[in-house]
Amino acid sequence: MQLTLEFGGGLELLCNSVKIHNVNVEPQDIELQGGTKKLIMKDLLTWIRGNLIKERPEMFMKGDTVRPGVLVLVNDCDWELSGQLNTTLEEKDVVVFISTLHGG
Amino acid sequence: MEEEGDAKPKKAGPRQCCVCNQRRAALKRPKTLEQICRECFYRVFEEEIHQVIVENQLFKPGERIAIGASGGKDSTVLAYVLSELNRRNNYGLDLFLLSVDEGITGYRDDSLETVKRNEIQYGLPLKVVSYKDLYGWTMDEMVKMIGLKNNCTFCGVFRRQALDRGAALLKVDKLATGHNADDIAETVLLNILRGDIARLSRCTAITTGEDGPIPRCKPFKYTYEKEIVMYAYFKRLDYFSTECIYSPNAYRGFAREFIKDLERIRPRAILDIIKSGEDFRISTSTKMPEQGTCERCGYISSQKWCKACVLLEGLNRGLPKLGIGRSRGLNQENSKDVKKGNGARSIESKQCGSLDF
Ligand SMILES: [Zn+2]
Ligand SMILES: [Zn+2]
Ligand SMILES: [Zn+2]
Repeated sequence: MQLTLEFGGGLELLCNSVKIHNVNVEPQDIELQGGTKKLIMKDLLTWIRGNLIKERPEMFMKGDTVRPGVLVLVNDCDWELSGQLNTTLEEKDVVVFISTLHGG
Repeated sequence: MEEEGDAKPKKAGPRQCCVCNQRRAALKRPKTLEQICRECFYRVFEEEIHQVIVENQLFKPGERIAIGASGGKDSTVLAYVLSELNRRNNYGLDLFLLSVDEGITGYRDDSLETVKRNEIQYGLPLKVVSYKDLYGWTMDEMVKMIGLKNNCTFCGVFRRQALDRGAALLKVDKLATGHNADDIAETVLLNILRGDIARLSRCTAITTGEDGPIPRCKPFKYTYEKEIVMYAYFKRLDYFSTECIYSPNAYRGFAREFIKDLERIRPRAILDIIKSGEDFRISTSTKMPEQGTCERCGYISSQKWCKACVLLEGLNRGLPKLGIGRSRGLNQENSKDVKKGNGARSIESKQCGSLDF
């Protein structure tokens, strides 16, 4: 599945200072949660942690979700409106992560 | 500037904006839990700040106002929104950007580039005051001398004074800073943790320093950080977001994390903490230090020398520990209130990792 992942607000520093990542995430590459064949945000976070985050993962995640203070948008929509970790992802979705914790 | 969201909606039902009932909702407001579209969000976000400005009489027509500009998200959004509101509502203000160049290579020089772009984008004149010019030392040079341990003391003291001096050079009536609701809630908590009840009630004041040289105000006092960042993102505002290379205050970091954890469970917690701070009253036994002026530089001080002069004297004499922690030494003969020297004011400024005064 082709996805565009964007890191901002300082989070890009955790992935080699690259802000935009065009990635191919195959649902079979990961252990999908909930026994469905759908890729959900929870799976994507696990994938990002294993494949994109190069340093200080605790700046990005806390437990199985993003660290409080990291905003997430799926197709420019706040993930709090789409079910957060349970948001289902589709081909060509754009997922944006922005830290609110850096800088004044 | 902002492109209309041509992204495809998520299939999970039509989540409509609860204000206009027409467009697709783009975010959940932490303050009200409403789901709201971009256009309605811009309107309520700006309108709420306008209401705060009007109700608290933050500005008077004809005033010259400096915006403390760090290049970070809060001050960038503040500069953008204030110039919009000033135009739209005829506040009649002369707005300026005021930045402090601490002299931090690879950090402040980059963020100053952002402020310089903001100067052009928003058409606001920019004044930069530097530590090197004011004090003879850059932050890099100070850190070489003092090490990483106490540099937050230096940041807080020097930045506060640098802003006041810059504001005096600009001949402004007031300084507006980008402190947001999350910042204020964090400061309330820190003052509770330090048992500092006098500062606890003062730190929530929307306008401070009315007795000092330049009053300061916080138009974002009730504005959530989440909304500031969402606003900047949707409007594609140009801000700088790299962490300061000098170690931030760890204690403050924990308070921040705690606030963010609370917000996730119950977003209203931030406003409630601010309310708690506001409702504290200073007990009569807590004396506020008397304000005089520094004998050396003329800056406001409750002691013979202001905190910046004490720290500078230490640096210049090669005794950088002078003035850190409890005031001792230089002010000894004249210390009315040793424990409450104005050095502790630095608690009101953000950690150096987030250089937004
Ligand atoms: Zn709407
Ligand atoms: Zn600092
Ligand atoms: Zn002085």
